[in-house]
Amino acid sequence: MNNQLSIKAEGLTKVYRRGSEEIRAVDGVSLEINQGEFVSFVGPSGSGKTTLVNILGCLDNPTAGKLELSGRSVFDQGQAQGEAELTRVRRETFGYVFQKFYLIPTLTVYENVVLPFTFYRKPGAEKGVDEILKMLGIDNRKHHLPGQISGGEMQRVAIARALVNKPRILLADEPTGNLDTRRSSEIGVLLGELNKWEGLTVIVVTHNVDLAKMAHRAIELRDGRIHTGPDACQPEQGCA
Amino acid sequence: MINIFQVAYKNLLRKRSRSGLTIVGIALAAWVLVSLLGFNQGYEASLNSDIDNLGFQVLVTAKGCPYEAATLMLKGGTGLRYLPAAIADSIAGQPEVDAVTPMLMQAVFDPNKGESGSLSAFLGVDAATFPGMKTVLEFKQGRWFTDNDALEAVMGYEAAELESREVGDKYLIPENEVEVTVVGVLKRSGTQDDGTIFLPIGTVQKVFDRPGELTGIGIKVRKDADIAAFEERMYQLPDVQVVSLAQVKQTIMSLVSTAKVMVFSIALIAILIAVVGVINTILMSVMERLQEIGILKSMGAMASDIFQLIWLETLMLCVTGGAIGTALAVATAKITELLIRRLLPYTPTGGLVRIDPPLVLLTFGVVTAIGLLAGVYPSWRAGRVRPIEAIRSETE
Ligand SMILES: Nc1ncnc2c1ncn2[C@@H]1O[C@H](COP(=O)(O)OP(=O)(O)OP(=O)(O)O)[C@@H](O)[C@H]1O
Ligand SMILES: [Mg+2]
Repeated sequence: MNNQLSIKAEGLTKVYRRGSEEIRAVDGVSLEINQGEFVSFVGPSGSGKTTLVNILGCLDNPTAGKLELSGRSVFDQGQAQGEAELTRVRRETFGYVFQKFYLIPTLTVYENVVLPFTFYRKPGAEKGVDEILKMLGIDNRKHHLPGQISGGEMQRVAIARALVNKPRILLADEPTGNLDTRRSSEIGVLLGELNKWEGLTVIVVTHNVDLAKMAHRAIELRDGRIHTGPDACQPEQGCA
Repeated sequence: MINIFQVAYKNLLRKRSRSGLTIVGIALAAWVLVSLLGFNQGYEASLNSDIDNLGFQVLVTAKGCPYEAATLMLKGGTGLRYLPAAIADSIAGQPEVDAVTPMLMQAVFDPNKGESGSLSAFLGVDAATFPGMKTVLEFKQGRWFTDNDALEAVMGYEAAELESREVGDKYLIPENEVEVTVVGVLKRSGTQDDGTIFLPIGTVQKVFDRPGELTGIGIKVRKDADIAAFEERMYQLPDVQVVSLAQVKQTIMSLVSTAKVMVFSIALIAILIAVVGVINTILMSVMERLQEIGILKSMGAMASDIFQLIWLETLMLCVTGGAIGTALAVATAKITELLIRRLLPYTPTGGLVRIDPPLVLLTFGVVTAIGLLAGVYPSWRAGRVRPIEAIRSETE
């Protein structure tokens, strides 16, 4: 595994067509994210954050542009990879966390966390499970069902699930969208810790000021483009 | 850890009542299928054994005469027609004939039988030929009478029970006030012989005042004989009807086949409904879980993994339903049999519903195969879900 896994995007563009209307959800975005960085994406609703991050996370194909993971091309000029190949890239590299937790209600916390192993297991990954549970503070909830724990705990279960296969990059789209402020900042602190843990790259999309502040770098999107300039977002001030 | 079987099983637990109802649907279909196939096997086998138990392949009666005790009972004991005894001798002379046995059937209303009285059936048989032809009849007690004019009787199992008679007891023939001695009681044969009281043919002719008359002649044909040609010749006799048991069997089977076609259509519909139910249930659960399936794919599940998971869920429903339905069919075979007896115009006396291990395995295989087929489309749909689906529908 490459220890210096970087993401390099050049001119990423995503065009949606609604009838005759063309929506450029992402419009020529170029950026680089290095291994071990903690980056947040901010910007108004509809500015293309989700669309961009999905492409960076190899969940979606861009209409145009290039994406490289450690110099290896994933997308090139809209030349999409096959779904199976993308799955291979994803499960080697990424862990995903979303606003909704998507825990299976009839599986225990522990079973939900190890669910990815039924499909794919990196060699030796199962040894790290207990450590991950402990780090996320849910080791004492192992045998509970999702319905028996709080929303904050549920999101931590979802994060644990994203981490069991030892991803190099954790991608979180509005991970605190369903949580109150206190739980949100807990998750924020946690993401910071995970970022330090074995140099995990953390990419987070958020409207939450405190969460955005914790990142090393905030990238602001407006109308599908990276916004720079005097009024651009400064992480230490927070932006949303 | 956790394996894909557990995940599939626990997914089904999420909508217990829906999974439960689907299983019930499959169980019902399997139940109907097993019962029907069991009936299919049982009916023909019983009919064959009923005919074999008669001991003769051709029956000659007077035109229009009922040839079965059951029919006679239905007609209230009336409608008997008679043949002259001499015909028996002329038939015995035919080259195809191995043996003949003359019979004289009578039915008498017995006011002391049952609550409001009912018919008793008497069959006068030839002591010399009848026992040799009806070797299937076994004795519980006693023996056959040996003299065709003796005042003796052999009682069928049920008749003896109903009249509570044993060997050595006396029995008074109703209406005629003639007393006979019971010399034998038969074992249960599962045929109409159980309810019959056998008397020497000469005694019946005398007691019922039918000298030299018969109601039927049982004919045992030689093994190598051309039965069809023989029957053809019998038809030439005046005022005679020839009942070929091969024909009877065919008539009954064709009567039953109409009923069978109907019932099989019902079974087919039940199965179709069950299949549609399964597809619907699984498709619904796939649609509800589109986002979740997307998440599973983002966890590294391949299309084939998702296909496998959903297929397993379908299979679990079908196998469970199939097992319950089959067990139910075995458990209710007796009730099914009663029901069929009520529905069909004629039913043989043996077991009507025969459910054996090969049949159970077959049904189980069919239900499983149906499950596998029904699962293909929803599983394929699920496998095609792209992970982006989950995230996209979240923002909308
Ligand atoms: N599947 C789609 N089809 C058509 N248009 C889409 C689709 N997905 C997103 N869009 C459009 O693309 C634009 C960017 O959407 P995106 O979801 O990336 O914004 P966002 O920054 O994540 O917004 P929010 O903060 O509300 O989540 C929006 O105008 C949206 O309506
Ligand atoms: Mg979004």
